[in-house]
Amino acid sequence: MNRVEHVSRRGFLSQVFSVGSFILGAKLLPLDAVAATTAPSWNPGVFVGLSPSGMVTIVAHRSEMGTGVRTVLPMVIADEMEADWKRVKVEQAIGDAKYGSQNTDGSCSIRDFYDAIRQAGASAKLMLERSAAEQWKVPASECHAKNHEVIHTSGKKLGYGALVALASKQPVPKIEELTFKQESEYRYIGKDIPMIDLNDLVSGKGTFGMDAEVPGMVFASIERSPVYGGKYKSHDDTEARKVAGVTDIVVIPDFKPPHMFQALGGVAVIADSTWAAMQGRKKLKVQWEASPHASFDSDSYKKELSDKARLPQKVVRNVGDVDAEFGRAAKTIDAQYYVPHLSHAPMEPPAAVAEFKDGKVTAWTATQNPQAVQDAVSAALGIDKKDVICNVTLLGGGFGRKSKPDYVCEAAILSKKLGKPVKVAWSREEDIQFDYYHAVASMYMKAAVDGKGKPTAWLHRSVFPTIGSTFDPSAKYGQEFEMGMGWVDLPHDIPNHRAENGPADNHVRVGWMRAVANIYHAFAIHSFMDELAASAGRDPVEYLLDVLGKDRKVLIKPEGMAYWNNTMTQDKYPVDTARLRRVIELAAEKSGWANYKPSKGKALGIAAHRSFLTYVATVVEVEVDDRGQLKIPRVVFAVDAGKIMHPDRVKSQFEGASVFGTSIALHGEITAKNGRVQQSNYHNYPVARMNDAPYQTDVYIVKSDAPPAGVGEPGVPTVAPAICNAIFRATGKRIRELPIKKQLA
Amino acid sequence: MIQLKVNGSSKQFSGDPEMPLLWYLRDQLKMKGTKFGCGMGLCGACTVHVDGKPARSCQTSMKAAEGKTILTIEGLYAKGKQEHPVQKAWKQCAVPQCGYCQSGQIMQAAALLKDKPKPNDKDIDDAMQGNICRCGTYQRIRQAIKLAAGVQA
Repeated sequence: MNRVEHVSRRGFLSQVFSVGSFILGAKLLPLDAVAATTAPSWNPGVFVGLSPSGMVTIVAHRSEMGTGVRTVLPMVIADEMEADWKRVKVEQAIGDAKYGSQNTDGSCSIRDFYDAIRQAGASAKLMLERSAAEQWKVPASECHAKNHEVIHTSGKKLGYGALVALASKQPVPKIEELTFKQESEYRYIGKDIPMIDLNDLVSGKGTFGMDAEVPGMVFASIERSPVYGGKYKSHDDTEARKVAGVTDIVVIPDFKPPHMFQALGGVAVIADSTWAAMQGRKKLKVQWEASPHASFDSDSYKKELSDKARLPQKVVRNVGDVDAEFGRAAKTIDAQYYVPHLSHAPMEPPAAVAEFKDGKVTAWTATQNPQAVQDAVSAALGIDKKDVICNVTLLGGGFGRKSKPDYVCEAAILSKKLGKPVKVAWSREEDIQFDYYHAVASMYMKAAVDGKGKPTAWLHRSVFPTIGSTFDPSAKYGQEFEMGMGWVDLPHDIPNHRAENGPADNHVRVGWMRAVANIYHAFAIHSFMDELAASAGRDPVEYLLDVLGKDRKVLIKPEGMAYWNNTMTQDKYPVDTARLRRVIELAAEKSGWANYKPSKGKALGIAAHRSFLTYVATVVEVEVDDRGQLKIPRVVFAVDAGKIMHPDRVKSQFEGASVFGTSIALHGEITAKNGRVQQSNYHNYPVARMNDAPYQTDVYIVKSDAPPAGVGEPGVPTVAPAICNAIFRATGKRIRELPIKKQLA
Repeated sequence: MIQLKVNGSSKQFSGDPEMPLLWYLRDQLKMKGTKFGCGMGLCGACTVHVDGKPARSCQTSMKAAEGKTILTIEGLYAKGKQEHPVQKAWKQCAVPQCGYCQSGQIMQAAALLKDKPKPNDKDIDDAMQGNICRCGTYQRIRQAIKLAAGVQA
């Protein structure tokens, strides 16, 4: 079925496309989802339009936070359409369900939209070819489109712009009639064309949420309860009101559980400038009711999770008989691992401008999910979702934080109360103290090993607070997606295998952060795998390949739930050990693993993991000096992400993941005492800088015709375990708790 | 009344002398290329040149900017209408991901090259470690600085 439809005469497109344009929309749901839905109303998502001037306009419906998606999706359409990229204009979509999911999260933009955008491009091309054939009164088979014009076999040509009127009357072709370009014919795909925002970004011209501005706008700075769930009691704003520029003080109501993406609540100082609002807030005195979370303490919480991880818990995967094998085995090995709460800390703190007018809200904000903005703001204000217009700016980093639009709700609530547009710009302190933190986890691992040190039984218990608590405060066990992230889908050839999940209460907001539950599961699994290799006295690469077993597709069947597999079927995206083996071999080869000579304080470490349907192996070289100072001269990634659209942006995502993963390994730790988060800015929540980030990260991409998989996140999970495995080989010191911080001193 | 020069134009400011230059640039002059990242001089996103030296505009009060010559990313680009060599190298190396920190990175790198036209790795580390990039573009920043300087990568 072709997902493409004519939408040329639909009025709602008039803001984006000029009058008389030829416009196509493409259905964006995955085909199997379309088949499963009964009589879906037609909601064309991606729009490609051609104006009589010959300008092609393509709507980017996903958010740009640095992956290049706003360039790459339109680029694929342009290539299939044979459009000249110089004559393509990209328009950013507002939030609207007609685009399908706009939640730029989960490393799925190419994966989910590749088929639809190719069809949109190929349909447009064929319709233009048929239009030219009609004009020339020749068979369509004698006409072919190339670089923005249609050429007849006789040599005569018609530019795309001249064909708009006829193309608008062409019926949309059936999918069987479409021809897709061969790789050798690609003009842009695979060619590393520059990002459309590149000029703006090197000249300070890009507009981020923090830069949004509308006439008459006022500035808000908000004081919130320092303890999660602490309700507003009273405030004294006498001194705050004396600050020059401060105009109002507004109480934002407390959130009602579940917190979801609501404004947390608090007291806002309104002023005529950012600085005045911040100064006023310093003088504000707010009293909060005691919160049930006021005794939350990271040290005792860690002990609670770790104790649970040493006891039997709910079985979530069970193969063979682990207990029997533990009883029989001559040797067992166990270890416990810990990863703390982490903060996203994107360079641009959350920021939004909202204007409530005539019962409608218009927002300008850095969001990964403009439809979530519509949902959350409409719920906060009791208005219709369609009356929330969300304009999407560039995002100064997202990493999952900006898929949760609590800050947009704050701006909308304040605008409604004040009757004027309001800008809410979080400080770094607010960002780090009121994040939806990456969840803390404690993991207990035990293996029985045979004479060669190979595991015959494997037990992995994991205890972590669930992101499900965002929507249901009573949720205590992991959700399907958390279990499915590199945990219950471990494909290695181990005959007896059990995974158990323990319950955890939650005392702060937790949420998705780049690679999510893969972060802690990969740390435990790949550190433990390395411990087993070391205990057996075997080379980690040779050991890994042996434990992985022969090439096969492993059907994952967890207990009491379906296998998440990033929402895709195991038919289309099987767990394929051959692909994991290939990246391990490639990373070993490119890092020179076989011939590398470890010296005092210097060694390589490896970890290999499948996440977001992508297979990644990472080799890290570390140098640890006598004082415990760590340097990372080189990181090598081997990546099989299926079909690749833009190799340079794939590489840049893995280069970035190398640094993001290093931050997690070396520095990242959010702790609480008396319910209050103790970190507040980059001095006590450090992230990797130029001088401690890996000096060089090399990314090798496996050429693959497999369906496209994720790229933004799957580079993160392997970095911390590979660093720690290298440290062990360099120093003999095994890191089982992150961050490494001073553990090497 | 505080007098200063921003990208070649004379400006006068009569508000709170304690207000950081960052907010004057962003809220009053509407020059949004200089970014807010931390407000404590820890991340470098707000880097501008004050009398030719790199400075964190979030830590530079208007009082301290009195009589000074300020150059921002907007001015770096406009100078002689030629792209600055650092910006050119930045594009060649496709450095930016989200781009939010890049104004500060570029201003810091431009100041480094003025001071040390042929920097080595240590010079680059020393000059650039105050500028955080959460997307992790450090490797390409280093590469672009070397390209702009014409030194071996």
